[in-house]
Amino acid sequence: MTWRGTAVIRTSLRRLAAPSAVALSLAFALAACGGESGASTEGLSGDVKIDGSSTVFPLSNAATEFFKEDGAPDVNVTVGQSGTGGGFEAFCTGKTDISDASRPIKDDEEAPVCAENKVEYTELQVATDALTVVVHPDTPIDCITTEQLKKIWEPGAQGKVTNWNQVDPSFPDAELALFGPGTDSGTFDYFTDEINGEEGASRSDYEASEEDNVIVEGVANTPGGLGYFGYTYFEENADQLKALEVDSGDGCVAPSVETAQDGSYTPLARPLFIYVSNTAYGDKEQVAGFVDYYVENLTEIAEEAKFIALNDEQLAETNSQLDSLGG
Amino acid sequence: MASIGTLARSGVRTGGRSHESNPASLVFLCLLWFSLAFGLLVLLALVVDTFVEGVGRLDGDLFTRYNSTVREETTGARAAILGTAWLMATTAVLAIPMGIAAALYFEEFADKRRWYNRLLEVNLQNLAAVPSVIYGLLAVAIMALLGFSNEGIVLGGAIALALLILPVIIITTREAVRAVPREIRDGSLALGATQWQTTWKQTLPSAVPGIATGTIIALSRAIGEAAPLLMLGVPLGILQDPNGVLSTFTALPLQIFQWTSQSQDAYKVAAAAAIIVLLAMVLLLNGLAIIIRNKFQRRW
Repeated sequence: MTWRGTAVIRTSLRRLAAPSAVALSLAFALAACGGESGASTEGLSGDVKIDGSSTVFPLSNAATEFFKEDGAPDVNVTVGQSGTGGGFEAFCTGKTDISDASRPIKDDEEAPVCAENKVEYTELQVATDALTVVVHPDTPIDCITTEQLKKIWEPGAQGKVTNWNQVDPSFPDAELALFGPGTDSGTFDYFTDEINGEEGASRSDYEASEEDNVIVEGVANTPGGLGYFGYTYFEENADQLKALEVDSGDGCVAPSVETAQDGSYTPLARPLFIYVSNTAYGDKEQVAGFVDYYVENLTEIAEEAKFIALNDEQLAETNSQLDSLGG
Repeated sequence: MASIGTLARSGVRTGGRSHESNPASLVFLCLLWFSLAFGLLVLLALVVDTFVEGVGRLDGDLFTRYNSTVREETTGARAAILGTAWLMATTAVLAIPMGIAAALYFEEFADKRRWYNRLLEVNLQNLAAVPSVIYGLLAVAIMALLGFSNEGIVLGGAIALALLILPVIIITTREAVRAVPREIRDGSLALGATQWQTTWKQTLPSAVPGIATGTIIALSRAIGEAAPLLMLGVPLGILQDPNGVLSTFTALPLQIFQWTSQSQDAYKVAAAAAIIVLLAMVLLLNGLAIIIRNKFQRRW
């Protein structure tokens, strides 16, 4: 019970320190939530090691911030961003407790490594991302079908599809300038899997960058430019870019928080995960405390970190996964 | 051509250095000036641009708060600044004694006719040209051999950076030791001192200014390295202070890297502010080098 008292003091201190009203209201909200989970975070210490996707990094870092402010300041949480693949590599050899992932674990390459090292894990969806296809703002196109996207990005298009009117006769006669993430990124894996039908299969004659800001700049400054990346980057740069609606057979749907949440923005709305090591969760109190806190306050954390929060159904699924973990 | 000719003559008069008057050498001179101006202007533009962008965020929050992915306006680099300080101190402790010892061996003790000494020499020259990423990999291997399961700790980073700057320290120290006049050694030996005593009491103290300058410049190169730290998997989300050589940490170059890759503009401003902090730390080290050099300078 003592920590609740300190939480009140800390909250009022935070009022002095944090100018952001949003952060403030969240602090109160979290302090209120903390009441029920107080027992599990009290007096925790030790290490929690997280690595993985740079897309999920801001979310896990935000969870850490609130976790430490809300009653567990002595837990040393470290969050890396080696990428989804690099994260699983460390996770499956038992180096980390939690792995951030912007795609599910690969059954043929990564899961066997985990099995070999006897690392059992639980997959928890923590947020949703809408992969956004963007074009130069002057492009007179509003909607694109998944077939047209495939025509542009499939490996066979390399060197051949170089003009917009080759994609569809109704499209303008303009040179196609492509930008996208590099092959190491989970975003690339997900996009190629959904659009081209095979993970990693993509034409390679495009401007590739691991830095989404480079793709933003490229598309915004090249007439005929097209690229794809996570929704946040579009939101922050909505004034210099145009997001295309995507038609997968059921009509054109614009990427947005709502369409990603209700599942109508398909197939490019993708789940973001954390993978929790069952052993770490069972053996280390601080890992269990952190994961419980993360999931319990998932919606607030996601909104604060500017991610698309889960819908009720997904949230219930994540909670039941957590329950099966023993939380 | 005529105008160039006039220019040439006036150039020769004001320059006063050379009596060249043919156009070719004049063009060359112009090229030299252009290169110099170009380099300086680019540097100046970069520094000014960064300063203008980041100066507004050089506030208390930058130094006292941790990296936040929620409060972008008040995000801080506290863990990174302290991490870089720990990293530099540990790197110095590892690299300086080893570097100086190796240089003294080469200059004062090694028999250059031996094949293994020549082999070491060639190796040393090549090491200075190895890309920093490779040293990161090497440090990962060393940490694994030492039995650490987590490489992204201060010691791991320090090993990588120490390996990176070791060749530079050895080479500059050798230059400094070589610059000590022969007579000092001869005098000492003639008075009955052993070679060890001569090196320890005469040669080394006389070479301190050169050694300090080279070493500190090498350290200030290491301070800005991100690549080897990335290889080590040094994490970015660290919300506590590093508290020893075995603690996890993060460093300023990585923090800058992470902020510049974020979509919100506030992080780019924070990155510019962090660059200014990093520049200040480098300048501080260079200032220290100048002070040490002036304090220990001897004239013969």
